[in-house]
Amino acid sequence: MLYDVFVDPFVQMAQMPDLLVQTLWEGLVAGVLYALIALGFVLIFKASGVFNFAQGIMVVFAALTLVGLYEKGVPAFLALILTIGVMFILAWTTERVVLRPLVNQPDIILFMATFGLTYFLIGLGEFIFGGNTKTMITEQLFLPKGAIDVSMLGGRVTFQKLDIAAAVIAGAMVAGLAVFFQYTRIGRALRAVADSHKAALSVGISLNQIWVIVWFTAGIVALVTGIMWGARSDVSFGLQVIALKALPVLILGGFTSVPGAIVGGLIIGIGEKLGEFYWGPLVGGGIESWLAYLIALAFLLFRPQGLFGDKIIERI
Amino acid sequence: MSTPTQLQRGDVMLAVENVSLRFGGVKAITDVSFDIRKGEIRAIIGPNGAGKTSMLNVINGFYHPQEGKITYKGVKREKMRPFVAASQGIARTFQNVALFKGMTTLDNIMVGRTLKMKSPFFWQIWRHGPAMQEEVQHRRFVEEIIDFLEIEHIRKTPVGKLPYGLQKRVELGRALAMEPELLLLDEPMAGMNLEEKEDMCRFILDVSSQYGTTIALIEHDIGVVMDLSDRVVVLEYGRKIADGTPDVVKADQAVIDAYLGVGH
Repeated sequence: MLYDVFVDPFVQMAQMPDLLVQTLWEGLVAGVLYALIALGFVLIFKASGVFNFAQGIMVVFAALTLVGLYEKGVPAFLALILTIGVMFILAWTTERVVLRPLVNQPDIILFMATFGLTYFLIGLGEFIFGGNTKTMITEQLFLPKGAIDVSMLGGRVTFQKLDIAAAVIAGAMVAGLAVFFQYTRIGRALRAVADSHKAALSVGISLNQIWVIVWFTAGIVALVTGIMWGARSDVSFGLQVIALKALPVLILGGFTSVPGAIVGGLIIGIGEKLGEFYWGPLVGGGIESWLAYLIALAFLLFRPQGLFGDKIIERI
Repeated sequence: MSTPTQLQRGDVMLAVENVSLRFGGVKAITDVSFDIRKGEIRAIIGPNGAGKTSMLNVINGFYHPQEGKITYKGVKREKMRPFVAASQGIARTFQNVALFKGMTTLDNIMVGRTLKMKSPFFWQIWRHGPAMQEEVQHRRFVEEIIDFLEIEHIRKTPVGKLPYGLQKRVELGRALAMEPELLLLDEPMAGMNLEEKEDMCRFILDVSSQYGTTIALIEHDIGVVMDLSDRVVVLEYGRKIADGTPDVVKADQAVIDAYLGVGH
């Protein structure tokens, strides 16, 4: 038994390195997508201190709008631009209708309000575009198809071109956001809002404007996630449960850290795939669905603020 | 509606007329009128719960009074938001220090420059061209403030780690970075030891004399208030009970009763 758990998987890895590379790659790609979802959460959590339960449905809603518009005869790229517009309207409306009336209310109230937003978006999405499963317009957006086979390490490793594109786009997006936060006036204002609302207000930062910017950014992130994830499976409301996968990522990376979301996503993605492939058979498989939560639990016990989260300093 | 005019020292900068503020059935401020003149140090004092902080919140746009009129620089103010107040030159500090705890002293004070920074977003992202020049220019101004407040040694320290007295000083620095015309200080010396209080007094007087900033402050230490301020307004249970120079206020029977209590 001990041999099966502690030795055999590593022997397998060493014997068939090509399979190991393949598994790592798949983990990496899944991780990138987890990271993207988590990023949407982190953005909103940083700026408004609210855990946005609606992030998952925002992913679905964005993807659905894109595909839905295309199905109604709008050219693909115009549909993309229109969807970006829709995400802006969504951000603006959310600020107006949900956040602004709830300023200074306890966090739990805002959290519950995002539940409301979730169900509203489900209803609206179904009402306009119907509830049936749709296919992402991958080709029309010139996302690459097919795969590259590489012979290496005595075997063949397959890289889906779409996965490569996903990794590159996600990477570029994260780099852009990091620069935005660190170096711009708006970025600094954003960090300020994250720390103290009233202090930010008193130096002349408009909370409302910042919230619109943040929710819009989260909307764009949701759209990219929706396209990438939708291309791998389908666009349906079931997709919103992937948002739950962001929870362990956030616990790992810290709710307030953008780099944390990335690293957390990668760790969870790779951990899941490796676990499933090498250790899964020991318990009859299927550990992919819960391994992430187990890792998160361990982190909660020993490092509750996550890998990169703000250390909790409190004066008593 | 008239346009804001250039005020001379001693002109009325902010006039509060018959302002009342209620939270449901609780009357925080009842029918209070007073003014703040350009260049002066104006103190608002009163026992706990007298409505002093509420008054500051009204001036700064956090609260909207149900009744009354506020005129700032000759213009009657409509219901306004705090960031509008900030853009009109009103800066403030808070009773319980509201800083950006995760950011350094330098960054905290830099945030105070937000409204002064105008360079286009495009350049900011690349940290180049006009944005870079602007950043350098503002950084210079911030360094002057840091010099002025003698906090060079904590420039790069996250403010959450600083002792309370220094946090209060950083908060003052952030308010000064806005180059305010009217500076509101909510208990700038609360929780400080004697030495820190003396430092803070010196800074307040220096701000007033060097920058000509108009200052309104709330303070519990009566000795400090009487030394610092040009005029004092006294609130009790949300009403104004006295207004005038420190000497006049000190001799006022209603003030003495409010502070020492009176047998009923």
